[in-house]
Amino acid sequence: MTLREVQGPTALPNWLRFVAPVVVGILLVAVWVLAVDVLKIAPRMVPGPAAIGAELALRIGIIGDDMLITGTNALVGLLFGALLGVVLAGFAAAARPIDGMLAPLVAALAVVPIVALTPILNTMFGASSQFGRQAVAAIAAFIPVFINVLRGLRQTRPVHRDLLRASGATGWQTFRKLTLPTALPYLVTGVRIAASLAVISALVAEYFGGPADGIGTAIASYAKSGRAALAWAYVAGAIAIGLLFFLVTSLLERLVTRRSPV
Amino acid sequence: MTTVTTTSIPAVKAEGVGKTFPTKGGDVVALTGVELEVAAGEFVSLIGPSGCGKSTLLRLIADLDEASTGTLEIFGKPARAARVDQDYGIAFQQSGLLPWRTVAGNMALPLELHGVGAADRVTRVAELAELVGLSDFVDRYPDQLSGGMQQRVAIARALAEHPRLLLMDEPFGALDEMTREYLQSELARIAAETAAAVVFVTHSIPEAVFLSDRVVVMSPRPGRITDVIETGLGANRAEALRESPEYFAKVTEVREALHGAPVERANER
Repeated sequence: MTLREVQGPTALPNWLRFVAPVVVGILLVAVWVLAVDVLKIAPRMVPGPAAIGAELALRIGIIGDDMLITGTNALVGLLFGALLGVVLAGFAAAARPIDGMLAPLVAALAVVPIVALTPILNTMFGASSQFGRQAVAAIAAFIPVFINVLRGLRQTRPVHRDLLRASGATGWQTFRKLTLPTALPYLVTGVRIAASLAVISALVAEYFGGPADGIGTAIASYAKSGRAALAWAYVAGAIAIGLLFFLVTSLLERLVTRRSPV
Repeated sequence: MTTVTTTSIPAVKAEGVGKTFPTKGGDVVALTGVELEVAAGEFVSLIGPSGCGKSTLLRLIADLDEASTGTLEIFGKPARAARVDQDYGIAFQQSGLLPWRTVAGNMALPLELHGVGAADRVTRVAELAELVGLSDFVDRYPDQLSGGMQQRVAIARALAEHPRLLLMDEPFGALDEMTREYLQSELARIAAETAAAVVFVTHSIPEAVFLSDRVVVMSPRPGRITDVIETGLGANRAEALRESPEYFAKVTEVREALHGAPVERANER
């Protein structure tokens, strides 16, 4: 019976692993308060945590609305990008010529800085449509999903392929019972990487035009107009979205990759 | 589910079977001129050094590769038809369990592939788990089992559809000696209970003698059958057999057949 070792020899005790980051957090906040509110040596655009907290509490309604817009854009982009990545990776894995056709295209997409496309897409789809932003998020999410899934679809082991052939499985059965489950951990890893990229892209896309809503737009306009505390409150909202996407996809990855191969 | 209507049809019948692999440096003859008949219910081991084509022969019988020459019939059918009809079960050196499926899920895989209903699957999995002594472990995942237990799951999976022929490619090759001997006894019992013919690839002489009715000795370059030895050890494969003189005599006979000449002991020189 092989039970996996949970803790290595250098692992910290459980209570310390929980307490250590909390202590670091409290220390940082203390230094922050000291610099801003007590010593008053911080730049004007860096307000204290209390001021940011107050703005956050006061404007939670509109911040929430904007979070919803940016979060939705990121989610739509992530879903479409991931879907496109899975479908195209499936084609590429099925036929070498398609792989050859797609490879340079994907490489080109992967090296295009997302900010380079953003103003063009935003102008293309106009000031009343979120589509440009969603498209930017989708492109960003597509790349890691495509690359990971394509890799995952090629990871079936010879002994498993022999087994399914010897069991008289049809091509579709082999795909469903073997190829797909083998690729699943690669898919969720791709989606986890893509989730963070989708949030960043959806947010950055708002700095370059499009409708006058969303977290990114708010941060840009309040920073320019000198309302530092409110801008930072929006940053907190952006962090919350990123964290949510990261946690959900990490959890998904954990669930799927629970079983190690034998 | 098929029942044995006649025992006169051999489980495996190979006539002039050969296999050639094309490579850059020219064709490599992996197997040539194989004449072999395995009767229904018979236990036959293929033994020989690396490169003698024993695994290749097993893969040809299983229709995982195609013979280049000769004819190969499984229960009177071409190998391909026998594979599609699931006339055999197979186990490999690696257990080949799907890590995302439980023990029960792995045992049920062949049943699922052939549209056996959920209720029947549950019944059959319970029987199989009982047969290989894993009833308490059906909900475990492969990575929670020892190597020997994984191999038992693989054997249960091979037996899922009551095959009349069991093909095994060094199934105990990666296990320690104690587990190995234990599983050999288990396999002898299971083979007797299911009355299935077995073609068993191994490179262990004692293993081949202990399990088999006949030991087929093979030789490399090119892979071919050089000798067939009847063990004549009967149906009783109890542990005591391992200590009996007949057993040792057969081990010596197979060893000499493998080396091509009587082996001189060092102290007799």
